[in-house]
Amino acid sequence: MSGLSLHRGLSMQRIGAMILRYWYLLQSSWPRLLELLYWPALQVITWGFLQLYIAQNANFFARAGGTLIGAVILWDILFRGQLGFSISFLEEMWARNIGNLMMSPLKPIEFLLSLMIMSLIRLAIGVIPMTLLALFLFHFNVYGLGLPLIAFFCNLIFTSWAVGIFVSGLVLRNGLGAESIVWTLMFAIMPLACVYYPVSVLPIWLQYVAWVLPPTYVFEGMRALLIENSFRIDLMLDALAINAVLLVASFGAFLALLRSAKKNGSLLSGGE
Amino acid sequence: MTGNANASSRPTVADAISSAAIEVDRLVKVYKQTRAVDDISFSLPRGSITGLLGGNGAGKTTTIAMIMGLVLPTSGRVRVLGHRMPEESAAVLGRMNFESPYVDMPMRLTVRQNLTVFGKLYAVKHLSGRIAELADDLDLTDFIDRANGKLSAGQKTRVALAKALINRPELLLLDEPTASLDPDTADWVRAHLERYRRDNNATILLASHNMLEVERLCDRVIIMKRGRIEDDDTPGAIMARYNRTTLEEVFLDVARGRVNGAREVAR
Repeated sequence: MSGLSLHRGLSMQRIGAMILRYWYLLQSSWPRLLELLYWPALQVITWGFLQLYIAQNANFFARAGGTLIGAVILWDILFRGQLGFSISFLEEMWARNIGNLMMSPLKPIEFLLSLMIMSLIRLAIGVIPMTLLALFLFHFNVYGLGLPLIAFFCNLIFTSWAVGIFVSGLVLRNGLGAESIVWTLMFAIMPLACVYYPVSVLPIWLQYVAWVLPPTYVFEGMRALLIENSFRIDLMLDALAINAVLLVASFGAFLALLRSAKKNGSLLSGGE
Repeated sequence: MTGNANASSRPTVADAISSAAIEVDRLVKVYKQTRAVDDISFSLPRGSITGLLGGNGAGKTTTIAMIMGLVLPTSGRVRVLGHRMPEESAAVLGRMNFESPYVDMPMRLTVRQNLTVFGKLYAVKHLSGRIAELADDLDLTDFIDRANGKLSAGQKTRVALAKALINRPELLLLDEPTASLDPDTADWVRAHLERYRRDNNATILLASHNMLEVERLCDRVIIMKRGRIEDDDTPGAIMARYNRTTLEEVFLDVARGRVNGAREVAR
């Protein structure tokens, strides 16, 4: 990839070439396609039945219909968004193709943009069937959330990209020995993002940490919408502002890690 | 430029000023305590084929990686086609290409798909025609729609060479270009490289352990040892200096610290 600059002379053709490369890969491998569908479907079925059980036994959850299954779907957008980004990146490391890309005219920002677009495509393949499953099995229509769903989705996907960019930089710098971070980092965020419970459950000091994470605002917003029927636009704007900071910081970190990889020669080894 | 790269990567004033394809000036690379490349300088004229020789750990790959911009030097300067690397790499990456055993083409993609992706990355015009031309030249036609992972080692090397030639590069960096090829195919690849250089006035820098290959292809040889340049001349002049009839004998002399094939050199 040329230089360390992020934005000079963006080429849609090069971005398109990378998307084509990942599309060829998905087409050639049914296990990869199946993997996109398998876990989201399993998640929604498991949590959907749990939600049914709780709803039959608790008045609160009967009123707050959909919070669990809604949380599962939104969490999957966050998690799958990051995985979609990071797995496309890892494909280059696994294939030992990263040197070919780095030596081509492809720029870092073009590479990252192609990974972002691929995360959307992979997400669509995995999550759209999941939402339809939730609708037919549990009568939970996530699209019934309307415009707020777009706000939730955008904030979650921005966070997933920020995390994806950062962990890709870590793998670039440290080789495939750092691959496990790709699979686990988002789970470190999960307890603080308050996916399945309100922020008020956390100790006060931890609540301050939770409010640094954009997904916390989304899950609070989702609960407000489903339980109180109120769309908290203030929460969405706060999340958007933090996401903007996170995205800029992750771009900066990626470039710094790429430079460090070039300094210590890890682009040549790529392994552990 | 002879290639099909886009307009932004056409030769510039800087190219005209510099007649050298590669200029390496006092290049040093230190990894922690290891001095992988130790203060080397050389300049390669355009249209030349130069062999970079040396044993394992001599610094050949690190030198090539610094020329490509994949590794940042600790100190010293590299200019490629008149541009500073890696600062001005955007101006030259579309005009050069490489083949190395340290990288692979994606295994699940077919040969045609791989060449299509790289052709688009290099903004090659009339891409399907160029792929057909390369398939014909490098004898890829029989397996062009087969996944790269299902090819023999020799076929993979030819595909990697096709990728390296997809943009008709002015500068070609090759690391062991004929490794894992049978003698007939290796000879055929060498003939192809010679023809490519002649037809395109391309500059080729190749690292190789195949001394016959270097003798046949290269008009200049740079011998490296422990990160330093041990000798730098035409193959004939180097063999004469070491009083040897083959580069292989010279290589062994250098590797074992002998001069004129006899006495040990105290280093």
